[in-house]
Amino acid sequence: MMNELQVITPEMTLAGLGCLVLLVDVFKREESNLTFWTASLSLVVVCLLVVVWRPDQPVYVFGSTFKLDQVSSLLKIFILITGLGAFFYANYYFEKFNLKQSEFYSLAIFSILGMLVLASAHSLLTVYLGLELLSLSLYAMVAMDRDSKFAAEAAMKYFVLGALASGILLYGISMLYGAAGTLDLIELKTQGMAKDSDLLLVFGLVFVLVGIGFKLGVVPFHMWIPDVYEGSRTPVTLFLSSAPKIAAYAMALRVLGEGLVGLSAEWSQMLTFMAVLSMGVGNIAAIAQSNFKRMLAYSTIAHMGFLLLGFIATSPGGYAASMFYVVVYSIMGMGAFAALLLVVSPNNSDEKITRFKGLSLTNPAASLMFLILMLSLAGIPPFAGFWAKWFVLKELVASGMLWLAVIAVIFSLIGAYYYLRIIKYMYFDSDDGANSSICWSRSVGTVFTVNAVAILFLGFFPGILMSECLKAVLSSIV
Amino acid sequence: MVFRGSRSDSVKAEALIFSIVTFILSLVLLYNFDSSTAEMQFIERVSWIPVFGIEYFLGLDGISLPLVLLTTFITILVILAAGKSIGDRLGFYLGAFLILEGVMVGVFAALDAVLFYVFWEAMLIPMFLIIGIWGGSNRVYATIKFFLYTLLGSLLMLVALLYLYYVTGTFAIESMQSAPLNLLEQQLLFLAFLMAFAVKVPMWPVHTWLPDAHVEAPTGGSVILAAVMLKMGGYGFLRFSLPVAPDAAASLDSLMIALSLVAVVYIGLVALVQEDMKKLIAYSSISHMGFVTLGLFVVFTVAAETGDWNDATMGVEGAMVQMISHGFISGALFLCVGVLYERVHSRQIKDYGGVANPMPVFAAFMMLFAMANAGLPGTSGFVGEFLVIMTAFKASFWVAFLAGTTLILGAAYTLWMYKRVIFGAVLNDNVSSLCDVNKTETIILSTLAVAVLVVGIWPAPLLELMQPTIQNLIEHIANSKLR
Repeated sequence: MMNELQVITPEMTLAGLGCLVLLVDVFKREESNLTFWTASLSLVVVCLLVVVWRPDQPVYVFGSTFKLDQVSSLLKIFILITGLGAFFYANYYFEKFNLKQSEFYSLAIFSILGMLVLASAHSLLTVYLGLELLSLSLYAMVAMDRDSKFAAEAAMKYFVLGALASGILLYGISMLYGAAGTLDLIELKTQGMAKDSDLLLVFGLVFVLVGIGFKLGVVPFHMWIPDVYEGSRTPVTLFLSSAPKIAAYAMALRVLGEGLVGLSAEWSQMLTFMAVLSMGVGNIAAIAQSNFKRMLAYSTIAHMGFLLLGFIATSPGGYAASMFYVVVYSIMGMGAFAALLLVVSPNNSDEKITRFKGLSLTNPAASLMFLILMLSLAGIPPFAGFWAKWFVLKELVASGMLWLAVIAVIFSLIGAYYYLRIIKYMYFDSDDGANSSICWSRSVGTVFTVNAVAILFLGFFPGILMSECLKAVLSSIV
Repeated sequence: MVFRGSRSDSVKAEALIFSIVTFILSLVLLYNFDSSTAEMQFIERVSWIPVFGIEYFLGLDGISLPLVLLTTFITILVILAAGKSIGDRLGFYLGAFLILEGVMVGVFAALDAVLFYVFWEAMLIPMFLIIGIWGGSNRVYATIKFFLYTLLGSLLMLVALLYLYYVTGTFAIESMQSAPLNLLEQQLLFLAFLMAFAVKVPMWPVHTWLPDAHVEAPTGGSVILAAVMLKMGGYGFLRFSLPVAPDAAASLDSLMIALSLVAVVYIGLVALVQEDMKKLIAYSSISHMGFVTLGLFVVFTVAAETGDWNDATMGVEGAMVQMISHGFISGALFLCVGVLYERVHSRQIKDYGGVANPMPVFAAFMMLFAMANAGLPGTSGFVGEFLVIMTAFKASFWVAFLAGTTLILGAAYTLWMYKRVIFGAVLNDNVSSLCDVNKTETIILSTLAVAVLVVGIWPAPLLELMQPTIQNLIEHIANSKLR
């Protein structure tokens, strides 16, 4: 049996290392790259700690407000890995644009700390704590581009709406507390099971769902996503679209799948609407976008809608399918934004989708990797994105919601179009001279290749990750 | 098993060696194939995604083996024919074809529904790139239309396969085939499968992607599309629709026959007025594939009329022979157009005329393939059509009559095109400066000519190869699966 402090060692270590990164950033020489390396190393160390202390049985500490189980370990590992990937891309970007913004790393580390807490939350208070730490760091990151009006607008929008969503969430939590008399998720579950038609409980649930919907970015709480994605610097967008999605999934799983599972009849109904609307709005609006970041923003909305379908199945298989989906999505989304980050340069920072015209002629290897990522996002086998969709659909059919599966399938068909359009620009159009000067450093090329090959590998062997997800959910969520 | 997905960046010779080795391996399969049984052979079964019992499960029977052979055979010719018009990125082009070959063989050999689906959709990716990168002027429209059309059909099949999994608890296709289902379930499944396979065949009215894709695709792409990809639809009917939902097929067969006849007659008429050679052959493909679906779905009426399911076997056999034969003939015709296009860079009929004068050898080859397309006895085109029409006669005179019009229509559009392109006076400067087929082209065309004639004159070995499997299939669908 682990003692209490041992359980939270990874989080404590990360908090300490985050402070260290801050100090290093202050005292390092101007041109050195030390901040980046310290920050990356911190993530690696913490990731190792998480791997070493993977529990077989759930461990509850601090008055059972914090829970270490297989789900949280697995999610933490992927949060840290995608965070690390984002750091590498960010470092490349800052070097290319000659920007001195090493506060990115410390902010990102604190945000990741929030995500780790969220992944382990076992009380509504811990959920809120993790969420706020995560969000506040992200608000600052969005605003990092100080001279840009767009960034300021995006940050304002994100902050105001985010604060509102947090407030609503907190309001919902207070109602749940009022109705159930507890913040502990297990006790909430027993209470919820006992009185599932309690009006106050359902009312609280609605507000909590708003908070979750905002964090995941599903319709109708999606308004901030396109603006924030477009307004922030590309490495920030990249970070926003990867690790925090996993954390948002963790929040949804903890609150809905664990705490409020007794009200699943109510929330699955609401989620159905949110999921269908998200897939519809996301996929259709993405077609109309000419800015690559905005297109991916709408694609994120659609993907998060698809992810919610796994919850609607309300079975361990469904939660595991969603977990697979969110992990695969965060890797794919990271790669997609990385492709943009790789082609933009200080003298041509055009972020239009036409930017990729003729890329396959000037940079065939990178185009092939990007092709894999795009096809995977579109859900074409044999790439991982297909399996993510497939596992979710399978659970939907298993729970008898055939019609929902058909709707999901039709929306993914619509979605395939805008990913194919990018491939069209890359492969079928000739270069108009915009990309001829692109040269990539070897290190970032390697990271990008690893990113795409991971998708290919998970496409050929999805069983490896899926069995882990399923095992984790079965051992943790009872 | 002949599955190879490795991407080859090599030059033509290397790709050629790869494809020839693959073909030889598939010949080895043919040699070792036991054609006296309907059992699956050369089974390869490894657990793939154990959490859900999904397997890497391959095997061949009398239906899939001929199609695998067709695939490996045609790929060699396509690689041989990769000519100057491809320009740079030849390695990429050939690599795409080799991947495509591996995936297509995978479709025919897969015995696990999920594996089948993965191959089925993965096939779109190389084809999408082939048309999009090396195609004609309107290639982007054509290739996106091709991709989305096919994807629409196959996504509904995905839902159908998932549903079957929840009925049977397994993804093995053999178990899915024997699952008892009520009529409504069967009809819905049948329609979902129909969406996928009808788009691929293609059946009227979901055929509109095909002329576009064919016209814009490079020669090799058109050949593979016509010769192999269209067969996947027919194969899907044989592997899924008929065995999984025989009662639905029996109840919806008049719809299927009607759609097939529309394809045969109406599309035949459409082919008559085409100005573009590739488009004409594309429409002729749709019309000929109508025979495949007709042969497959006329069996229920035949059995009902004659009370003897053995008579029905002939329809399915005819459909199979028609698929193989159409693979050779349409492939050959597209290669012929490719030969001309390579020299003149035009597909319009009016840009030619009198080609026989500068290119006598070519004209002779094209004569043979045009005749085969028109269904001349002695060529493979005749055997399949004849078997299907014979079966149709047992079902109903009018069905057979309408199907029979193809012999006239087919002759009309093919030979009229032939006449306008090959005969007549040389009016065009382009034509007078043409040089005859070179050595590679002669090899390609004569191989196909031999294939067309062998199947036409002596189809018995092919029929024997398929006989037990088809017999077994007919016995299977003769029994109602209603609960």
